Amino acid sequence: MIDRIAGLVNADARLVHRGRFVDTTFMIVIDDDYTMLRVQQGRVTKVTPGPFITPDYSFRLRASRDVWEKFWQPLPPRGFTDVFALVKTKLMQIEGDLHPFMANLFYFKDVLAAPRKNAATEQAAR
Amino acid sequence: MSPHFEHITGRYLQLNLLGKPHRLYVEEAGHGIPLLCLHTAGADTRQYRGLMNDERVTATYRVIAFDMPWHGKSSPPAGWQEQEYQLTAPDYVQVILDVAAALELDRPVVMGCSIGGRIVLHLAYQHPTRFRALIGLESAPYAEAYYDLSWLNRPDVHGGMVCAGVISGLVSPTAPEHGRWETLWHYMQSGPGVFKGDLYFYTTADGDIRDKLGQIDVKQCPLFLLTGEYDYSCTVEAMLGVAERTGAPATVMQGLGHFPMSEDPEKFVGYLLPVLEKIRAL
Repeated sequence: MIDRIAGLVNADARLVHRGRFVDTTFMIVIDDDYTMLRVQQGRVTKVTPGPFITPDYSFRLRASRDVWEKFWQPLPPRGFTDVFALVKTKLMQIEGDLHPFMANLFYFKDVLAAPRKNAATEQAAR
Repeated sequence: MSPHFEHITGRYLQLNLLGKPHRLYVEEAGHGIPLLCLHTAGADTRQYRGLMNDERVTATYRVIAFDMPWHGKSSPPAGWQEQEYQLTAPDYVQVILDVAAALELDRPVVMGCSIGGRIVLHLAYQHPTRFRALIGLESAPYAEAYYDLSWLNRPDVHGGMVCAGVISGLVSPTAPEHGRWETLWHYMQSGPGVFKGDLYFYTTADGDIRDKLGQIDVKQCPLFLLTGEYDYSCTVEAMLGVAERTGAPATVMQGLGHFPMSEDPEKFVGYLLPVLEKIRAL
């Protein structure tokens, strides 16, 4: 799923516009798999899988694979529809310098949920 | 062609609240049993637009909603710039009592959502004889903050966007796009620090009513609870806990979230009508 985020985000002109002032690198952590995503002017320009020795990033979102998979379902189960729902139930941690994340919350929520679109398309094709 | 006006009328009510003169924006529609509606934190009366435009409701209920001081078209009191807005339980109760009295409402039904759903529990505990019935939407007796609330009001983050961004996940994922985005627009328009100020009541010991639930007497004042299945702030489980402690009937609203009346008014009214019918029969 994570490898598809860049393509899905960059193909969504409205989403790229929403993130036009975003210039940061953030990290998604799935179990012990670390991935850094570089964002420039709303486009995901680089996706770098870990492991890393000295990763340089602003913030990271960390959850188990099971949680991410539920979050990325086209219609996630109750309690898995939003990153804040997962933070509330302590199934996800959002850590680091949260300013880019909070200042661009609509953007990052849609970036993180982008694989849902893909899952929905795949489900329809089956 | 004559203009097509909705049946909602909006006026400004002048009254003293909490020791200061206020100019409160009040909307209403319909005739019959007064139904006083309380909006959510950081929002305003527009959330009840769908309800006020539904003749199934307004045929027998006089639906009234007011923008809380600092919210919507109710400006803060003079001198607001010298203070930080903070809603407390005693103030919230007093505002509701004073507005109901100023409007000369005879034992109204009060329906509130989220912070409004919380305060109806306080009304049920403190003032059961003053109301015909109470309806708690997304009623939880307590909610712990699960993110740092200071993000909601700081100069280097757009307040409207962060407030709406935070609550966006509370809208049901199945809500119609129009309802979802109108609900979010209301949050985007809130004044600086108002949502955060409301959450003081919602997330601290000030508004915590867990230890009083057992003393709420629903025979004295019937209480009805309705919660959207996707609400992760005031959860279904929290509502069922209130129902168990008070004996109030509880309904889980499928396909709805934290803002049932504005995210999907049509679906919400479907759940509300049986409750209004029961109240009419009291």
